[in-house]
Order: sequence, then C-alpha cells, then structure tokens
Amino acid sequence: MGSHFSPAPRLPRLSSPSRLLPALLLGALIGFGTPTISLAAEPAIADIQKMVKQGQNAQALEKVDAYITARPKDAQGRFLRGIILTELNRNNEAIAVFTKLTEDFPELPEPYNNLAVLYAQQKQYDKARNALEMAIRTHPSYAIAHENLGDVYAKLASQAYDKALQLDSSNSHAQSKLSLIRELIGNSSRPGKAPTAASAPPPVAPAPAPTPVAAAPTPAPVAPVPAPAPATREPAKVTVLDKEKDKEKPAPAAEPARVEKEKPAAAKSDGDDSAVIKAVQSWAAAWSRKDVKGYLSFYGPDFQVPGGASRKSWESERASRIDKPGKLQVTVDDVKVSMNGDKATVRFKQGYTSATLKSSAAKTLVMQKSGNKWLIQQEKVGS
Amino acid sequence: MSLMYTRGNSGRRFRRTAVALIVLVAAGAAAWKGASLWRKGEAPADAGSPSLPMATATYSDSGPGLHGPEPMLANIFAQIEQNRLESALALTENLLERYPKFRLGHLIKGDLLLARTRPLETFGNAPDAPADKLADLRAEAMVRLRGYREKPPADTVPRYLMQMVPEQKYAVVVDTQKSRLYLYENDQKAGRPRFVADYYITQGKLGAEKSKEGDKKTPIGVYHVTSSLPREKLADLYGSGAFPINYPNEWDKRQGRNGHGIWLHGTPSDTFSRPPRASDGCVVLSNQDLDAVAKNLQVGLTPVIISNSVEWLSLDDWNKERTELNRQMESWRSDWESRDVEKFLAHYSDNFKSGAQGLADFAQQKRQVNAGKEWIKVKLSDVSMFRAPDKEDYVVVTFEQTYRSNNLNNQMKKRQYWVREKGTWKIIYEGAA
Repeated sequence: MGSHFSPAPRLPRLSSPSRLLPALLLGALIGFGTPTISLAAEPAIADIQKMVKQGQNAQALEKVDAYITARPKDAQGRFLRGIILTELNRNNEAIAVFTKLTEDFPELPEPYNNLAVLYAQQKQYDKARNALEMAIRTHPSYAIAHENLGDVYAKLASQAYDKALQLDSSNSHAQSKLSLIRELIGNSSRPGKAPTAASAPPPVAPAPAPTPVAAAPTPAPVAPVPAPAPATREPAKVTVLDKEKDKEKPAPAAEPARVEKEKPAAAKSDGDDSAVIKAVQSWAAAWSRKDVKGYLSFYGPDFQVPGGASRKSWESERASRIDKPGKLQVTVDDVKVSMNGDKATVRFKQGYTSATLKSSAAKTLVMQKSGNKWLIQQEKVGS
Repeated sequence: MSLMYTRGNSGRRFRRTAVALIVLVAAGAAAWKGASLWRKGEAPADAGSPSLPMATATYSDSGPGLHGPEPMLANIFAQIEQNRLESALALTENLLERYPKFRLGHLIKGDLLLARTRPLETFGNAPDAPADKLADLRAEAMVRLRGYREKPPADTVPRYLMQMVPEQKYAVVVDTQKSRLYLYENDQKAGRPRFVADYYITQGKLGAEKSKEGDKKTPIGVYHVTSSLPREKLADLYGSGAFPINYPNEWDKRQGRNGHGIWLHGTPSDTFSRPPRASDGCVVLSNQDLDAVAKNLQVGLTPVIISNSVEWLSLDDWNKERTELNRQMESWRSDWESRDVEKFLAHYSDNFKSGAQGLADFAQQKRQVNAGKEWIKVKLSDVSMFRAPDKEDYVVVTFEQTYRSNNLNNQMKKRQYWVREKGTWKIIYEGAA
C-alpha cells in the first residue's frame, strides 16, 4: 500500500503561549457548563509544554499531575497529561485520559482525534474510526480529523482486503501515520489556525484555509475528504510523535529545493566531505541496530544536550528509548554538507521506522572534527 | 458483462465513480432478466399446489429468507446503485456479522471504505491484490447476484426430473454455468417436483464435463448419492460433510470416462465459500448450505443431476416426455410377456452392452431362455426416470421388476439406460441396481 497515505509528515509546530491565549478564550466560549479552561493556569501549562518539548516527560508528568490535582476539571491540563502519557508510551493511560475528556467535553474534537491516533497505533481501527467520526460530527470542517479518518479508512479497507484475498499485509504495510493534536486549540476554526512556533522562522507555506469541500456541512452520506496538498500542509497538522527526535527547536521542514550549501567552505575538501557523510551514516546505522554505545560515541564531549539537561540523564534517556523491542530503522537521505574548517553542518532527511512509528523529517547535525573523527556537537530537528 | 467499476468523468469524485461502477452491475442485471424474476419471499405462481404453505419454501438461498448472503448482497448493490454508500457499508457490515468469513463481503467492504479516501477504479481495489483471487471474487459476485435474480421460472420443471418414486423425497439439480444447486421436493400431491431452494456452489477448477482422472472437472450426468461421510471422518477441506456420487456411471464407463471421488461436500473452516471454480471436480457448498441440503439427501436414492445449464420445461412438455417414455417402457414389458423374442429384442440398441456382454450374446441367451417359456408375467413398479442433461441424452430408469414364468420367478431392482435412436427410445444398458 502506501501511495494513499500522507506524505512524510512534517515536524511538530507548537504554538506559543501568546498565540494560544486567544484560542483558549474562544475555547472557553464554545464550551458549555464547565468553563474550566482557566487562563490563569496558562503559564504553568506553557512551562510543562516546554518540558515536553525538551523530552523531559517524566518531570512534565509530575508537574501536570500536580497541576491537575489543584484543578481537577481543567481540560487543558488533562489534555496535556494525555499527550505526556502518549509520549511516555503509556498508551492505555493516555486512552483513559482522552476518553474521559471526550465524556466531559464532548464538544472538543481534539481528544477524539488523539484517541483515534492511539487506537490506530493499537490497530483498533474501528474504534479509531468511531472516534474520528465523533470529532468530525462536532467539527465537520476539521481537516486533521478528516485526514486521519482517510488514513483509518484506508487501513480498514486494507484489513478488509486482507480478509477478502487472504493476504497478510500487517507486517509489510507501513504503520499508519495519524496526526496527534498536541494542543487543545479550542477554536471552531481549527484547521485554519496556524500557530507559529516561538523560535522558528515562519512556515514556508501559509496555512491553507480549509477547502470548501471540507467545510461543507456534512449530512451527506459520505464525509468528503479533503485532498491534502503535500506541499502546503497545514502547520497545525502535527505528526505522531517521532519520539526519537528532539523537539527543542521545532521548525517547518523546508522543501528540499531550499536546502543548499549556504556557506561553501573555503577549506572544504572532498575527503572531509565524504568522511562526514560516512560518519552520519554510521551514526544512523548504530542507531538502527540499537547499538547504544556506538550511537552515543558519535556525540562529542561538547555536545549541546537539548533542553539543558545533564549529559548523563540525556544519555540514559536515549539508551532507554533506543533499546526497545521491535525493529528499528533509521535512514539518511538527501544529505547536504556545509563545511567550515573543522566544522560541518549536515542537513538530511531522516527516515525513522519502528514497530509503532514511521516518519520522515528534516534534520541538522552540526559536527566537529576531532582527530580523524567527526563528532556531533548539535542535533536539531529541521534544517 | 464485467463487474468493473469505471472511473467517472471527473476521475476524482469517488461518489460518481462508485455510481458508475454499480450502474454496470445493474446493466448486467438487466441482461440477466428474461426469465421471470422472483422477488424475495414471493411465491412462484404454483398453480399445482395452491394449498401448500409457502412458508416451507425458501426462495432465497441458504438461510433464513432475506438474510441469506445473496439477498443481502443484492441489497448492498442496490444501495450502491442509489449512491447510498453509507447505508451500503452498514449493510455490508451486517452481512459480515452474519457471515464473518465471507471473503466477497470483505472485498466489498474494502471498496466501500476506500471509496471514502479516493476514487475507485475497479471492483476490488486492493493494492497488489493477486489477480487470480480478485478474479475469483468477481466471478463469485457475478454468479451469486445472477443466481439471486434468476430464479427458476414459475410453472416449469427441470427437464431431467422426469419421474420420481414416492420414496425419493428430494432431487438435486446442479447448473454449473450458474454455479447453482437447486433442491426440488417430490411433491406427490401435485404430482411433480416442487422447487424448494437454491444454493451457490463451486465446481471444478477447469469447469465441467469430466472425462479423465485428475482433469479437475465436474462430471455432467445423472448420478445419485451413494453414501454419507460425517464431518468427523473428513479432512477440514470437506467441511461439514460429504456425499459421494456414483461417477463414473454406466454411461460414463461406456464413454471411456474415468476418475473417482466426486462428492458433494462442504467448505474448509477458513472461509465461508470458495470461488465458483476451485474444486478438483466436486460440487462444493458452504457448510450451512450443505447442512441444509444434507437433511434431505437419502443414500442410494436421491438423484443428483449435474448439467451445464439447466433446461426448464413447461408442465405440458414435461408431461409429454415422461408419458412417451412410459409408453415405451410398457411396450418393452408387454413384448417381453408376449414371448415374441425378436419383438422384445427390438427394444435394445445395437450398441447394447451389459458388463462384458454385447447385444449378440444377450440376444442369443434370450432366445435360448425363451424356448423353455410357456408363459411370462412381468410387473414393473416404482419406476423412476431421470434424463441426462445437455448432449448426453440418455435416461436412467430404475424400477422394481417382478418376473414370473412357468420355470422361474425373480424379483429384482433393475436399472436401465435408455437412449434415443432414430426417434425411438432404445435400451443401451441394463443391470441390477
């Protein structure tokens, strides 16, 4: 299969607190009954979100638990808790959180959507379908849910075909890549809302307004599915968690055409160029075969640990993530190298396939030559 | 007629596409019309037995009325035709709830789901689908819908069921081209066979007209059930039971046909049904259908007539044919009693053969025996007559024969094969049944 799946997902773009604020206001307006989406809580939520971005999920969970204890009905906090649990692969707990949210806030489509993402990960596509249909029932023009639903239909169709034709495609087919919504936007104009990342350049393409087809009220027998244009994907579309990636600097993926050698280094030599590429490939290979020690050996002593965590805790977190059961494959494509003396900036497309995830994203490594080895100094998502 | 979804003009709007494709199915259906269409649950105009409670007759195959696979399939296609894809999907899910291993149902479900994400191009849009399996399911859809829409015409009888004896409660008639098995009840009150139900069947991989061992074909001819093999004694392939039939029969042997092990049987546990052409020559039913038919099968008695394409006769024509052969039988019997041995022998074909004995030996023996006869009394009873389908053109006659004479009394069950030669019926084989 595959051709009808979404193209390689782009990286998460997370909205800044300042942009989120008006959205939350609107969210409070559409909610009925429990106006617990409290504005006062916003800074605390933003702090926790920041921790999540930095991969400090355990700490973030503690914080969010404390936050919720104080405000047991707060949708924002509970939603974030669901996200963190998902990040921690505690999917059943995440499902419980999102399920409860759909019960308490049936008008919010995001919990339904995320519930669907989790069900789809468990291959419970019927449940995923039901959840997405609920999301669309509340918000008929919700493009992400439509897109996700399209993927779920495709998976269901694939399962049906397997039964019809006695195929076993469960192993050969890519895991579906449904989009998890990472923030509760609470805005009726969801698909058009384009949250801007705090520290990243503006998106390459402006967020397209939902297509008229998608926006049409849908008592129609079949929900129209908007055809997503790969080049102009809505920034709000956030891919399922590529958990292996750093998220400290989310940036939109530039299209390959834009990637070029910015600073042709005077001292560039072909030998170094290929040594750098070889190093990156070895790094991906070590990662793929779950050789934690080998993988970590590519990081230089001056490696800038994301989120300012200690090198030690970063290493142990990487180790625990990489060394998980199931197949793992990391690929490196479209490599572009910019040399500057003993420094190299390597931009490439990183493909990642695990038992539960498949993604592709732009990545940048800043590398430093140390003796005859190239070591990673910085690792960034985006280019 | 192909069961293909065609791309609508826009090429992108799946709904139009889906409609276009089903319209083709419907166009096919129009081509299937011609014979009177019995609507679901509707009784055929059965003038012969107006008093019969129609509840006992099932005019949809397998299973309780409207919930047989074919009425459900027909309903699904009707919904698609009306562009009610949501409803079609819901009905397909109902169908699969009832028949979870119905591969064709899963295929349709796949299409209906996929239609929500992109235009359909064909019937069965599974990517990388093995072409043969897809073709099998298409063929199954075709014959099932056709079988559902083309019920046997009212007031007709399969030509082959010329005469049944009271003991024979039911008869089985198979149409290999339609992949259909028709069950008929011997309605003695009405004095004719009465249609009970019909079922989807699978025949040999390479079709019908078996002649050689291993040719993967289903035989055409008049047979009967010779035994019953319970599920416990069978491999999973045979499903819920098996009923061997007497292929090769005397006629087949005369034609030099061989092979063995032609059965009616069920379906393996991993599927609800098999494609229309899939067996090694056996006639295969779904397990529930086999169970339904099996209740009516009598070992040694129930005729199983397998045709390429069932020929239906009006009651008048049917009566005419059976009367004519009965008259011929009576002529043979009375000529035997007359002790005019040449007149008697004139009923036998030049090609007559019984075991190793040809006509000359047979005639010589009859002449010898006849010399010692002062009187002969022959009584025939329980005469059944089953005409072979298609170009075979023989009739299997089975009866109780009570023979008395001045020097010998004998009672036996006899079987004869009668063939049409130059406009008259002649005996080409006879022997103990």
